[in-house]
Amino acid sequence: MSKFGGRNKKEMPAISTSSLPDIVFMLLFFFMVTTQMRQSEAKVIVKIPEASEVAKLERKDLASYINIGMPAKHLQAQYGTESRIQLNDSFKNTADIRDFIAAERDSKSEADRQFMTVVIKADEEVRMGIITDVKQELRRCSALKVMYSARKSGK
Amino acid sequence: MGKHKTPEINSSSTADIAFLLLCYFLMTTTMDQQSGLQRRLPPMPNEQQKVEDQKVNRRNIIVVKINSADRLFAGSEPMDLIYLKDKIKEFLTNPNNDPSLPEKEVKTLDIIGEYPVSKGVISLQNDRGTSYQAYIAVQNELVKAINELRDELSIAKFGKKYIKLETAEQEVIRKAIPQNISEAEPKDVSKK
Repeated sequence: MSKFGGRNKKEMPAISTSSLPDIVFMLLFFFMVTTQMRQSEAKVIVKIPEASEVAKLERKDLASYINIGMPAKHLQAQYGTESRIQLNDSFKNTADIRDFIAAERDSKSEADRQFMTVVIKADEEVRMGIITDVKQELRRCSALKVMYSARKSGK
Repeated sequence: MGKHKTPEINSSSTADIAFLLLCYFLMTTTMDQQSGLQRRLPPMPNEQQKVEDQKVNRRNIIVVKINSADRLFAGSEPMDLIYLKDKIKEFLTNPNNDPSLPEKEVKTLDIIGEYPVSKGVISLQNDRGTSYQAYIAVQNELVKAINELRDELSIAKFGKKYIKLETAEQEVIRKAIPQNISEAEPKDVSKK
């Protein structure tokens, strides 16, 4: 009893911090393995629609992203509020999709090219006209695997 | 050679270095899962394909239209989104062999043997003014109808849901209930 209850003035031994780097390194490796580099800065506001039957993208490294939506707040003065297409880091037209797809194809290994998926990330407020144009252009480039990005909706 | 004792390297800052690295990776990477509805676009048509298109029997096609006010038409009648799934399921199964619903072709499949495969095709048309949200909602209902049919068949044949089946079994089910959604050539639905 006296060992615990007593107000003894014995010094507490310092907690050893020698394993702290190991713990942090473990965390570091965890994040390095589970995350991927941010693709590009979003220049358009995209609030993707909800759907209940979503499937996960299997090969994230084979995906190319096309963002469609209203330009972000700080860019609206320059580009207006009309829905725009963002490829990589800049606003583009439907005519530029061909080059974009060709460049994306080249960056993938030859065996994987047929599995390349184009992920269309469009805002739910976007009109279908612009998406139809994109789809037609993708068909012309024969990039036929597409995925309409959607969130899993709660029950 | 004298046995000098090498001084130990002070490792107390390793933790700080590791923390910095950790912070760097936390800032620059993302963890978000990409999810969505996967589709295969039809290849760009050439002359030969156009002839084929016309051959598809009228009864085998259901036209799902969304107009610019996001109103839904299925098989030429206006419809609410919540009824679309049942309509599609009825269209694809054709339980009473109704002559106005799609015909079935008995195919011999690997594991489950003979199965009447529906020839039905869902043709999805939209206007340029349709909102993306409505389009995805309709796409979602179509997928849901097909997924439910696949689940029903899986339970009848294997006693398990489609997702829990083996890859080979899933392929058979996919062949028995194909996902024939045609995203038609763009046209102005509102014009008529």
